[in-house]
Amino acid sequence: MATTREITSTPAREPACPAFDVKRIREDFPILKQKVYGKPLIYLDNAATSQKPTKVINAIVKFYTEDCSNVHRGVHLLSERATEAYEGARIKIQRFLNAADSREIVLVRGATEGINLVAQTYGRQNVKAGDEILITAMEHHSNIVPWQILCEEKNAVLRVAPINGRGELILEEFQKLLSARTRLVSVTYVSNALGTVNPVREIVRMAHAMNVPVLIDGAQSAPHMKVDVRELGCDFYIFSGHKVCGPTGVGALYGRAELLEAMPPYQSGGDMISSVTFEKTTYNAIPYKFEAGTPNIAGVIGLGAALDYLEQIGLASISSYERALLSYATEAIGQIPGVRILGTARDKASVISFVLDGVHAHDVGTILDREGIAVRTGHHCAQPVMEYFGVPATVRASLAFYNTKQEIIALAAGIQRAQALFG
Amino acid sequence: MAELEGLYQEVILDHSKKPRNFHSMADADRHADGYNPLCGDRFTVYLKLKDDKIVDISFQGTGCAISTASASILTEILKGKTRAQAEALFETFRDLVTGKIHANGETPALGKLAAFSGVCEFPVRVKCATLVWHTLRSALEGDPEVVATE
Repeated sequence: MATTREITSTPAREPACPAFDVKRIREDFPILKQKVYGKPLIYLDNAATSQKPTKVINAIVKFYTEDCSNVHRGVHLLSERATEAYEGARIKIQRFLNAADSREIVLVRGATEGINLVAQTYGRQNVKAGDEILITAMEHHSNIVPWQILCEEKNAVLRVAPINGRGELILEEFQKLLSARTRLVSVTYVSNALGTVNPVREIVRMAHAMNVPVLIDGAQSAPHMKVDVRELGCDFYIFSGHKVCGPTGVGALYGRAELLEAMPPYQSGGDMISSVTFEKTTYNAIPYKFEAGTPNIAGVIGLGAALDYLEQIGLASISSYERALLSYATEAIGQIPGVRILGTARDKASVISFVLDGVHAHDVGTILDREGIAVRTGHHCAQPVMEYFGVPATVRASLAFYNTKQEIIALAAGIQRAQALFG
Repeated sequence: MAELEGLYQEVILDHSKKPRNFHSMADADRHADGYNPLCGDRFTVYLKLKDDKIVDISFQGTGCAISTASASILTEILKGKTRAQAEALFETFRDLVTGKIHANGETPALGKLAAFSGVCEFPVRVKCATLVWHTLRSALEGDPEVVATE
């Protein structure tokens, strides 16, 4: 495989991050070495899930080969090691988010479960008939449906703040929808379908001025930018491990301690109790109150390793490299005649969603696949966004810090090949 | 790349760009909706039946090249066919796109449907090819539910 430098004739447009050695970083990801259909794999479906570096894979292998045991239970050495690694990962997550206390980190299956947990505990406790939950028009289904179910149960109302033609939240409209009836604001930090970065500090400020708590869905922001929950001032923040180079089936919910303390338990069973008799059960302290049953121990340890890995590279370096790559890709894809990019927010993460004149997204996906290029096609679990832009589906190329300019050139060529086939 | 050309045969490209019988039918006896959430394909099939025969058929909606061409060719091929013939053709078509049979001299009934022989190399596209057939079956059965292939 030729390096980026060898095929580049326009050094001026090289991502402006000379210290970022993408070639070396790619060595950390064994999956990227393979060929598909005889061509080098070009993985541009990072918003769906990210690839895993050797360090993460090894951490999981190490747990199962050396430390496998249940946590919080045994007096034996293996259980001690497993518990230490598991709780160590919780502290890594706390530091990753700059939360004040590791008790504020609840380990869950992923962002979806994190939102459901808040809806089913905080939501059921605090939302009454006639109350309102405020979301935006760019939410993933997982930040729509849990609130719809809650609103239906409580006879509450789900309010949706609109977006503009660039795919940005209209803040003035958001402000107007905040009212004395609003019990919770739940917004995505970064849109999975459009890449829009929401002005979450402003959103938190507006909501808090009305004494409304804010949940931030960080599923798409966590991989791309440094997040400091105390600086953001949000009340809840959730993210998925598998989108930050960690394993699937694990994620974290950050909640301010005083809110978590007041919330009822989520699921019930072992580990979430401090004592059980047939007459009365006393619940465990936070965060364990929300963690019933044996958790995804290997997954949590793998997530800890993933956060170590990201921090070793540096979220700031990742952000700046990805932004340069996004701007290169936006130009390279956007200038192809017949391509329309959806989501042109002024502040964007590395997601390019587009449609082609006369070629359906699904056909583009198949043609790109045969070029070795993995993209997502469809509605990206954000049907209301598709409806807003009047398209049934888009092609989405979502970039990670291990993607290269050369891969973008291949993507552009693949798009042109699809256009040629459909002439 | 031969497989791509095998998938997007001329007949398929032609029907996807210029779908035949592509209109709604105000006086249809039956209609049904089909939806593939994976790619957002959404079709309505309209039928006019006389006794056991499909005397007119049309469709509307949006979809990828494979699903649109499949719908277009289906409407061409089924006009004048009986329910039983349509069912039998669906079975043969499904066997074709899942690779159980191959388009050759033994399956003359396939006609233009033979153009879908390349679909079997693309397992995730089988649903695109069969969406309209499922929708047709639902229209024939008078089932008001939206057919979803997921």
